[in-house]
Amino acid sequence: MDTQPRPSSPGQKPVTEIPAVTIRFVGDSGDGMQLTGLEFTRATAIAGNDLQTFPDYPAEIRAPAGTLPGVSGFQIHFSSEPVFTPGDQPDVLVVMNPAALKTNLKDLVPGGTLIINTGAFIETNLQKAGYKTNPLTDGSLASYKLHEVDITKLTELALKDSGLNAKEVGRAKNMFALGMMLWMYGRPTEPTMRYLKEKFSTKPDILAGNERALRAGYNYGETAELFGVTYQVKRAAITPGTYRNVTGNEATAWGILAATKLSGLNGFLGSYPITPASDILHELSKHKNFGFTTFQAEDEIAAMCAAVGAAFGGTLAFTTSSGPGIALKQEAIGLALMTELPVVIINVQRGGPSTGLPTKTEQADLLQAIYGRNGEAPVPVIAASSPSDCFEATIEAARIAVRYMTPVFLLTDGYIANGQEPWLIPDVKALKPIDVKFRTDPNNFFVYQRHQDTLARDWVKPGTPGLEHRIGGLEKDKLTGGVSYDPDNHDTMVRLRAEKVARIAQDIPPTQVHGGAEGDVLVVGWGGTHGAIYTAVTQLRAKGKAVSSVHLRHLNPLPPDLGTILKRFKTVVVPELNLGQLQKILRSTYLVDAKSINKVQGKPFKVSELVSRIGEFC
Amino acid sequence: MTTTAKLTKKDFQSDADPRWCPGCGDYSILAQVQTVLPELGIPREKFVFVSGIGCSSRFPYYMNTYGFHTIHGRAPAIATGLKMSRPDLSVWMVTGDGDALSIGGNHFIHLMRRNVDLKVLLFNNRIYGLTKGQYSPTSELGKKTKSTPAGSIDAPFNPLHVALGANASFVARSIDVEPKHLQQTLARAAAHKGTAFVEIMQNCNVFNDGAWEHITEKSVKDTAQVRLEHGKPLLFAKGTKGIRLNGFTPEVVTLGENGVTEKDILVHDEKAAPSLSMLISELMAPHFPTPIGVFRAIERPVHHELDQAQLAAAQEKKGPGDLHKLLHSGDTWTVS
Repeated sequence: MDTQPRPSSPGQKPVTEIPAVTIRFVGDSGDGMQLTGLEFTRATAIAGNDLQTFPDYPAEIRAPAGTLPGVSGFQIHFSSEPVFTPGDQPDVLVVMNPAALKTNLKDLVPGGTLIINTGAFIETNLQKAGYKTNPLTDGSLASYKLHEVDITKLTELALKDSGLNAKEVGRAKNMFALGMMLWMYGRPTEPTMRYLKEKFSTKPDILAGNERALRAGYNYGETAELFGVTYQVKRAAITPGTYRNVTGNEATAWGILAATKLSGLNGFLGSYPITPASDILHELSKHKNFGFTTFQAEDEIAAMCAAVGAAFGGTLAFTTSSGPGIALKQEAIGLALMTELPVVIINVQRGGPSTGLPTKTEQADLLQAIYGRNGEAPVPVIAASSPSDCFEATIEAARIAVRYMTPVFLLTDGYIANGQEPWLIPDVKALKPIDVKFRTDPNNFFVYQRHQDTLARDWVKPGTPGLEHRIGGLEKDKLTGGVSYDPDNHDTMVRLRAEKVARIAQDIPPTQVHGGAEGDVLVVGWGGTHGAIYTAVTQLRAKGKAVSSVHLRHLNPLPPDLGTILKRFKTVVVPELNLGQLQKILRSTYLVDAKSINKVQGKPFKVSELVSRIGEFC
Repeated sequence: MTTTAKLTKKDFQSDADPRWCPGCGDYSILAQVQTVLPELGIPREKFVFVSGIGCSSRFPYYMNTYGFHTIHGRAPAIATGLKMSRPDLSVWMVTGDGDALSIGGNHFIHLMRRNVDLKVLLFNNRIYGLTKGQYSPTSELGKKTKSTPAGSIDAPFNPLHVALGANASFVARSIDVEPKHLQQTLARAAAHKGTAFVEIMQNCNVFNDGAWEHITEKSVKDTAQVRLEHGKPLLFAKGTKGIRLNGFTPEVVTLGENGVTEKDILVHDEKAAPSLSMLISELMAPHFPTPIGVFRAIERPVHHELDQAQLAAAQEKKGPGDLHKLLHSGDTWTVS
């Protein structure tokens, strides 16, 4: 794999081997930091490291250039060991302008490496960032390993006579920065070259300019006296197989296509644009050759309703959204559960309440998913734990929906939706089919007659002769499905709907405990916090603490063995990016004095803060 | 075993007893729908009736077809999802003035702009009946109801304006107490490809009795109604009067008076620019006879056909979806 170009004599500088590093690229949202980060990620994955990434970008498409709200960042954590988080704090901060320095410097590890584009540290930019003196000259950066590079000017020089205008040249400076970083960590430039060729296939001038900037940055790293060493992060010991990088939203979209294939049904997505879920709609819209229909509805309500209509028609139906959109869908979710139709509702959670923090992550929609409808309205809820896990979780949600004839919530979040990690691509042939049977026999047909094991009713496609029937949101007769106001029937139906969802527990596999089967502390997590919790618990165990963790995929119903597991530990601790929603459920379900670790900053947990806060209970 | 034998009205009657108030206009509409459907040559199991909430929305329970009584205002969205995923079905939507134009207004207009292939029957009784008598978005200004004891201050919608404004490809109006006309109009709607919108003026004898009697009463209907027929002049009062255009302003003229002949009378054209249907839809009592019939019937691309064409084009271009290929697209690397 080590085929990267070494344009001039290699090995001039000493190579320092390090086990892991976290790099954050920061700049103005117009500086192309997301692209820089993604390309560095691609090269790093191909170089055989395990990795995780996390983009952090402003809600505004283009906040005024050079201002603090306009700062966009991309963090990557890669290692020769297994990696479960994008890293707590960057070891290296690549800074494209003063505003980016201002907002990110506090996160850099003490004594960390700073690579700064000095060309952007001009008076107007310093003012926009609120600097009274230039941090490059006032000594405030003295405790860091500072590398000053005039990326702006060097890119201009590299692209002199390229035929590109000043704006186009300005846009290429991220490629210079990328080239420099690729050199510093011994990464190949070919994947990026390939990407550029594809992206600018119709713009040869821009392509040539970007390639030239990338090479210039790479060569600069090698020849400039600035950097004393390069670093090597060895390949990680990874399960053999074919890998790719994947974001949570991509994995969710592909999970939707996979579930549709596995069910043998036609697929339908009703959706309405909302951050951070829209990418699922975009991705699915690209793959119409799967026969999969995407429908951008007039609003969130219509998106859910269209999915319900498609499910009534015998189609595997999905809707994707985020918190505020889910709030609008809830009445129609109630209709799906009343009419017992399978629909998968995917909530890419973001900071709330109300419009909240659209581009930031949170886990505060758990209670909304479990309880957020009128009446006794049970809906199964599952959660994905990492970007790649979204694939399996989506298939699992569809499987439950069809088997139990019910709407199902899948919770992901902004952190794993936009985060990226290498994924061992599953063998498509090994995926278990989703069993679907439509009723066609008109003999002894009763609309709400149930299967003994699942309590699911039969799914009947309109168009089937002899099975014409009516359903709706009014309470149903427990057998015929006709409208019923009978008090005993209502009592029975409320309990049946609850029992049906509770029975899903029979399909939940045994809960995996990370660490000892008993001990002082059990950390219980769910969703996108898996990486941080897993790593923190591993570190605490290495220090000799009797701490274990379980990470829940199934939140409603809970795994049947969870109560027993909780009892084997003296203390149960629940870290969540909310004010204790799973904690409340564990307390009320198991009468256990579960403790909460909360964070509601729109940011994921850091491993170090979990180590310290879980440590308080050990 | 599709139902190929000749269907009758009885085949479309479900075993649920209609529970509308005695004397409700909905009974007649139900009967006319059940009369028209067997004539369409469509197997019974291919019909789906989708409704929202309100008196009218009980309709699906009384039809022995597939039916979905959904939630308030959302029938257009549910029916759209159904039709997109099942183009083979004949989907009919039943709604009311509150359901379609108030809580469901957004879905209603988007249904029409998309030209989803649905038959939409809007029962307009100008009142909320199921919630026992509040003013609706078609109630007249000043209407006194339980929620407007001093009279409504909200100007009403003309449902036809809304439909035409949303570029509906088929727009018609009929009346609950005119069985023949209603049957003809439903048959026209059924034959239309795309959204076929039919406003049915319907009486609520409990909460808004006489909602339309100034138009439908036998004693006044000859002068209070004008029947629209494609290519025919807008004549009424047994052919003695007509509508003439004076610039953009319509006026009532009497044939034979001031030299007016049939040639002066506005000729109806269902396929004309929407401005003509809009203009005709503005004719209202008391100054004008109320037009009844098909206002507009044009052909334009149908929503599910466009969707199906995109799916087919993508398959032709890229081949059928291959999950393995998709997951392995872009950069991959192999660890051995």
